[in-house]
Amino acid sequence: MPRVTYIAQDGTETTLDIAAGTTIMQAAVFNGVDGIVAECGGSCMCATCHVYVREEQLAMVPPIGEDEEAMLEGTASPRQPNSRLSCQLIVSPEMEGLVVYLPETQT
Amino acid sequence: MPNDGVVIVGAGHAGFQLAASLRQHGFAEPIALIGDEPGLPYQRPPLSKDYLDGKIGLDLLLMRPEAFYRDHHIDLLPGSRVSEIDRAARAVRLATGERLPYGHLVLATGARNRVPPLPGVELDGVCYLRTLADTDELRDRLAQADRIVVIGAGFIGLEFAAVARGRGKDVRIVELTDRAMGRVVSVPTSHFFADAHRAAGVGFAFGAQAARIAGANGRVEHVELAGGERLGADLVLISVGVVPNGELAAAAGLAVANGIVVDDQLLTADINISAIGDCAAFPCHHAAGQPTRLEAVQNAADHARCVAERIVGKPRPYAALPWFWSEQGKLRLQIAGLTTGHDRTVLRGDPASGEFSVFCYRGDVLLGIESINRPADHMQARRLLAAGRQVTAEQAADADFDLRAAAAARPV
Repeated sequence: MPRVTYIAQDGTETTLDIAAGTTIMQAAVFNGVDGIVAECGGSCMCATCHVYVREEQLAMVPPIGEDEEAMLEGTASPRQPNSRLSCQLIVSPEMEGLVVYLPETQT
Repeated sequence: MPNDGVVIVGAGHAGFQLAASLRQHGFAEPIALIGDEPGLPYQRPPLSKDYLDGKIGLDLLLMRPEAFYRDHHIDLLPGSRVSEIDRAARAVRLATGERLPYGHLVLATGARNRVPPLPGVELDGVCYLRTLADTDELRDRLAQADRIVVIGAGFIGLEFAAVARGRGKDVRIVELTDRAMGRVVSVPTSHFFADAHRAAGVGFAFGAQAARIAGANGRVEHVELAGGERLGADLVLISVGVVPNGELAAAAGLAVANGIVVDDQLLTADINISAIGDCAAFPCHHAAGQPTRLEAVQNAADHARCVAERIVGKPRPYAALPWFWSEQGKLRLQIAGLTTGHDRTVLRGDPASGEFSVFCYRGDVLLGIESINRPADHMQARRLLAAGRQVTAEQAADADFDLRAAAAARPV
């Protein structure tokens, strides 16, 4: 299973082995990683599962979809070029070793 | 024994979020989270969509895994009912007789399905869709059903209809008023959605009243309309709205008027009792301070955050912008603001393209924006309205007008 690391604002690192097909949001919520709210439950409706993908690894994740692009306009923490909604990041073997940073706030 | 703990009655979105937010803010006193449903707290929106459709299982429905409650010292009491609030003693009594003292009590009792006074609602095959148990039953019955009648063309009825049609079922919707989702959306949005469902093969009877549900051997067979017409059905979904659960508060002498009455801090008249989420009638900043009760995840979660902050010593008036969403087949409806009482609508984009927004005005005042498959408009609408900014009807209708810039502009 691909391993993904979440790094919180205070530097806390959590590494999870995530089954392919699960989203980065789902894995975080299910494993109690704080810092992802996911208020809409993964429907790309709320922009509260915002993460920053480690910049050198942007090629490891699929491109931003149209809906996601629109919803990223409304994140509570600043939108950056490496901003993603983690409900749209479905884990695949290519994401082995991916690192995502959690924003200061989701709401 | 007095204590400083928080007792939360109701373990839906609002109750769960309150417990989670309190711990996030470092609240160290006991928290009891009491829910009348069995099992762990779960998310309701997917029930009428991906869960009903079998696309996700219970694991992805849960708010958090069991360990979360243990790790955060949240005393979860599922399958428990509170029978009484003893305000003088600051304690609640459970149906089991057990007493739980509180420093602060939060009522997050939600709402329940409205059961219309129709003969035949007790028949086998008459279903509802609000709880996980409702949905599990509905999902099993949907697999067996051929002909479905939905009573009520609100969000839930239409979301269910989309899933059922997707399974190739015969679906007819009976709606008392003259349009779909009429209580919450504008006429253009109603018409667009009704047309889309019709194109998918859903039948509608608007302005039609169900007079009774008839069956044989205890099983539903048809729905009879007031005009005498009979719609054959082996499954009937009743989706005619909800009733707020205010009885516990009322029995304790707290004001209840379409919800438990609270002030702009979400406090009842008892300084030790708050009410949040679907059960709370609050003075809404985005409805000119009018008492407002909303049935929405955003409302539940933002109420919870506001009360959590007050409990940890950071009080503020509740002023979050209401927003809503619905997914019906491939259609995504997103609403920002409260459009109740609008008298004019302006289209941005062409409904024929399947992507448009409806700006709802009362006089010259923009009340809210409905976006259909236009999430960018929705996000701009949220920023715009949350900041109390306006765009004129002329600007809204002008495809070249930069909504994004207007939403980001500094207030004048």
